[in-house]
Amino acid sequence: MDGYRYLLIGSSAGSVGAVEAVRRLDKEGSIAVVSEEPHLPYSRPLIAEYLAGERDLDGILYRPSDFYQRNGVVPLLGERVVRLDVKCHTVRMAGGADLAWEKLLLATGGTPIFPPTEGGDRRGVFTFTTLGDAQGIRGWLDGVRRVVVIGGGLIGISVTDALHRLGLKVSVVELKDRVLNTILDVKAASIVEARLARAGVEVVTGRYVKEIVGRSPRPDSVGGVVLDDGRGIPCHMVVVAIGVVPRTELAKGTSIRVNRGIVVDRRMNTSHPDVYACGDVAEAYDFVLGSERVIPIWPSAYIGGRTAGFNMAGGDAEYPGSTPMNSLKYLGLPIVAAGMFDAPQEDGYEELVASRGEVYRKVVLRDGVLVGMTFVGDIARAGIVFNLLREGADVSSYKQALLADDLGLASLPEQVWQGRMERALEDITLTAPGHTK
Amino acid sequence: MTRRIVPRYDVCMACGLCQVNCIVAHSVSKDTIKAYKAETPRAVSRTGVERRGALSFALSCRHCEDPVCVYSCLTGAMQKDPETGLVYVDTERCVGCWTCVMVCPFGAVVPDLERKKVFKCDLCPDLEVPACVAGCPNQALRVVDSEEGEEAAPDLIGAATAR
Repeated sequence: MDGYRYLLIGSSAGSVGAVEAVRRLDKEGSIAVVSEEPHLPYSRPLIAEYLAGERDLDGILYRPSDFYQRNGVVPLLGERVVRLDVKCHTVRMAGGADLAWEKLLLATGGTPIFPPTEGGDRRGVFTFTTLGDAQGIRGWLDGVRRVVVIGGGLIGISVTDALHRLGLKVSVVELKDRVLNTILDVKAASIVEARLARAGVEVVTGRYVKEIVGRSPRPDSVGGVVLDDGRGIPCHMVVVAIGVVPRTELAKGTSIRVNRGIVVDRRMNTSHPDVYACGDVAEAYDFVLGSERVIPIWPSAYIGGRTAGFNMAGGDAEYPGSTPMNSLKYLGLPIVAAGMFDAPQEDGYEELVASRGEVYRKVVLRDGVLVGMTFVGDIARAGIVFNLLREGADVSSYKQALLADDLGLASLPEQVWQGRMERALEDITLTAPGHTK
Repeated sequence: MTRRIVPRYDVCMACGLCQVNCIVAHSVSKDTIKAYKAETPRAVSRTGVERRGALSFALSCRHCEDPVCVYSCLTGAMQKDPETGLVYVDTERCVGCWTCVMVCPFGAVVPDLERKKVFKCDLCPDLEVPACVAGCPNQALRVVDSEEGEEAAPDLIGAATAR
């Protein structure tokens, strides 16, 4: 049986973070990466650029093509793990072979949600989470004029923007009252919707797709959708972009604790001491919530994988935590949104807003501590505020400055920005091989 | 080994020449008038000038030892040179997703909405001395290598006493 000191399941951001961290501490120990996808690690968010024809595969690779070679990683791409045996420290591959491991990383990501829909098996219906999806859509573009996108969240708006750049007419069908409703408040979403409208994108809210119908000369292919109110929208393609769920299936039947995702502690350790998890599959520390949550965000996946890698290789790193954090560029409108976007109707919460045309800034405080920020239209220096969110800083004495046009590092108290300047010189800002924060 | 530009808080006079010099150094023509009036889009300044009351200082990328921007970059465009420690962005690969803008604790990554890319201090690789440092009328900027990094500390203490 083949065996590796480190076995990483998944080849995306979390896995790459783990490889880079392991190799900082352990240049010798064998590493293998198993991935269902046949490609080298690529930047998943860039499948939109790939779809729009603006980048080829080479242009969306996340690391140089010799990344695995240079890091002494055995790539098992296009292969699938079907079973995990934590007692024996092995995995069973789809081909029947077993692989042994000393430390295991579950970086299996998420899978798209596709509720059973009448006609959902027609040709021309796609999801949009992998390069394979983008390639499939590109292969279906011939003769397509109109597309219906089901779901107005991050994936839905991303694919909508790409399809728009291809010159297609898009209708977005969103169940809730507004697009991007898990990350933007009503006002910020309305700015996005106005841009979409000006671009000729139709947004239908408060509705869902009841049925996907065929087209007359080819009933097995998409010809349109029917909404729950009976309205029909003709189209030649449907993209289902409702969301993703963590791929926790390998943990089933093992002692590994699974909630919504695979639960991990601040070391990215699962309930089994030799098994780690990171990225979209993991339920890891959220510093606004103060507890674990599945946060499918690219930087969080890399940093979680990096933390896991240091710890798998014998270091002592602590995951700094994450929170929903998104930067958007769709239709040329820059947005940075992190943490809470609305203050709940509870004691201690406060919202401050500055709004002028398409420029909108909002911060949410809880007992004076920053717990949310939304910057639309003008995102310069947003990181200064994001790090106050990350630091859990009490901003009561300078909260108005956070919304001002002249926001700068000097808007913060001296100890805060001087502390940041000092930490920039140190190797322990985020995660470090041998330090605990 | 990381080189970085360190401000001297006690002598900066907030004139903003560092920004002008940065723009000219990164322009096509390298000529001040042409850089400002003839090139579209104009090159962006990679340095900002922090101003609050009597305090002012130029602030550019810290080339952090633990660079969050590099860890957060969606495309792998943002990288740290393992030998020099320079944090740089491969603008060909950059797609303008603004993630680095969101995470930089110093707000030092500049979003260029027109070019759909980010720009940040590159320590002027084609010049002997970075343009902002060379052109500062009051020597309010220094180039420091991290071995002498301890020298940066007196400047931070200087800021406290300067106010």
